[in-house]
Amino acid sequence: MFSYIIKRLVVAIPTLLVLMVLSFLLMHAAPGGPFTYEKKLPPEVLANLNAKYGLDQPLWRQMVSYVWGIIAHFDFGPSFVYKDRDVNEIIAQGFPVTLHYGSIAFVVAVVSGVLLGVIAAIRQNTWIDYIAVGISIGAQVLPNFVMAPILVLVFALWLGWLPAGGWEGGELSHVILPVIALATSYMASIARITRSSMLEVLTSNHVRTARAKGLPEHKVILRHALKPSLIPVISYLGPAFVAMITGSVVVDMYFSTGGIGKAFVDSALNRDYAVMMGITLLVGFLTIIFNLLVDILYAWIDPKIRY
Amino acid sequence: MALLDIKDLKVRFQTNDGVVNAVNGITLSLERGGALGIVGESGSGKSQLAFAVMGLLAKNGRATGSVTFDGQEILNAAPSVINRVRANKIGMIFQDPMTSLNSYMRVSDQMMEVLLHHKGMSKADAAKECIRMLDAVKIPDAAGRFRLYPHEFSGGMRQRVMIAMALLCKPDLLIADEPTTALDVTVQAQIMQLLGELRREFGMATILITHDLGVVAGFCDEVMVMYGGQVMEKSPVDPVFAAPSHPYTRGLLHALPRVDQEGEELASIPGAPPNMMRAPKGCPFAPRCEFEIERCTVELDPLTEFTPGRFRACNRKVEELA
Repeated sequence: MFSYIIKRLVVAIPTLLVLMVLSFLLMHAAPGGPFTYEKKLPPEVLANLNAKYGLDQPLWRQMVSYVWGIIAHFDFGPSFVYKDRDVNEIIAQGFPVTLHYGSIAFVVAVVSGVLLGVIAAIRQNTWIDYIAVGISIGAQVLPNFVMAPILVLVFALWLGWLPAGGWEGGELSHVILPVIALATSYMASIARITRSSMLEVLTSNHVRTARAKGLPEHKVILRHALKPSLIPVISYLGPAFVAMITGSVVVDMYFSTGGIGKAFVDSALNRDYAVMMGITLLVGFLTIIFNLLVDILYAWIDPKIRY
Repeated sequence: MALLDIKDLKVRFQTNDGVVNAVNGITLSLERGGALGIVGESGSGKSQLAFAVMGLLAKNGRATGSVTFDGQEILNAAPSVINRVRANKIGMIFQDPMTSLNSYMRVSDQMMEVLLHHKGMSKADAAKECIRMLDAVKIPDAAGRFRLYPHEFSGGMRQRVMIAMALLCKPDLLIADEPTTALDVTVQAQIMQLLGELRREFGMATILITHDLGVVAGFCDEVMVMYGGQVMEKSPVDPVFAAPSHPYTRGLLHALPRVDQEGEELASIPGAPPNMMRAPKGCPFAPRCEFEIERCTVELDPLTEFTPGRFRACNRKVEELA
């Protein structure tokens, strides 16, 4: 097990390198640059700027010095757009915010999604099932850019219960709406996966054995059916968790939470190369880590899986 | 009073393509300590009969008729009623030991929960009793293997675990649904021998469901031959082998491979079992029967006693089956 984890982490290094090279090349292949404005800069100014940020160097040298900066000083470079901020700072400021509301949204989505899915499955083809399926389909088809303004309209403007936006250091009232907006569609997916997998498990032979033991239905479900039903859910959770804690541009925009979701999209629009690279690498790193965690979780749940 | 009394049991399944009539009016009774073999091809309804008794039919299945166990009606009984009978009074062993155990739980936990639930034992007592039972089903080093997971056992060993689990509460009745079908031949013999020993030791009644007449011969007092969800022949075991009274039973016996007939081609019953989607009119075996007469496609004589203790459902007389 331990050697397996080490092996996976070692393999992660070339994976991240490939990710880095590919996104670096793609970024530079796109036309335009960080200093392309509506109004053209005088050539001397542009040349000075390019020299300052090293953009006059050949691409491979830019890449080498970028990688070296990360390895030697854990420095992801300066922002090309915000003059006095560097990438480390931008991530250090935005990531805790998205991590905060993303983690809560994750817990909310998993708990409510699994609950909804299990209830729908054990009451299959009854009105309870139809309501649960209805909720999850509704939550899935309602995009969060529609959901977010509706939430603001209802809870902030009409009812006045919650603030319409801002972060205030993660004060609870500022967290609730972003969490709901982010969690709903994930909850819906988790509910659907749980329901269909639970339905399958409920017809399996070992569940029939559990019933033949005379166990009450709730014990049959909780002790014998739940664990195997969660296997497909867990494989979905790794990537979902990463997507949630790295935030959502929609949430950051509508609720002015200031997370890295918005920073990421802004950096792409502004050709802020360094910020874009930094966040891409962060997402890549987290994806690798959480896929590894998912695999470890498998082994913990299913005794047949041993590494 | 008989231990188990089944009256006119019918099982129907509602499917998207129509209604499947799996069991069509079975009546039988089993005394304490008796051993009944239910024989038939795949799809003859023998397993569904057992599932109906245990209340384990699939969701789309419905059972009608009556099943009384020890004087109590258990067919379609409330969960609180049937759950006190399951495992506690009627133990059941399933066909496929590979999938019938929970692969996510230790054998110890799966076995102990039966005793914890039905007998209210302490964990320590339950563990002791489970290990004793694993010893009884001849699992070597039972105490050492108790805490393993099912996948760490071989197929035969898993079936032994299933048997031990079914016997934990010393049930009055054991239903074994093709307990050896998924196992290889040498293991089959061991399991049947074990079941025979345990039956004598615990004195429980047994229903053995199988498609293997040979197994029935060595194990049961009485045999019931099913086809198309109906009883074709019911009789004490020995006379059936000496003089089968029903064309279908004859076909089954002919299809048994025999050591003393080396070189001869193995006989089979021509044709295939009926599609149970259409309610069988007349005798379900008629299309495959060499003694078929016109009346067979229209109606079938009810199960009648033709010699003391022996019952058959056939339109032809025994003497006519030359």
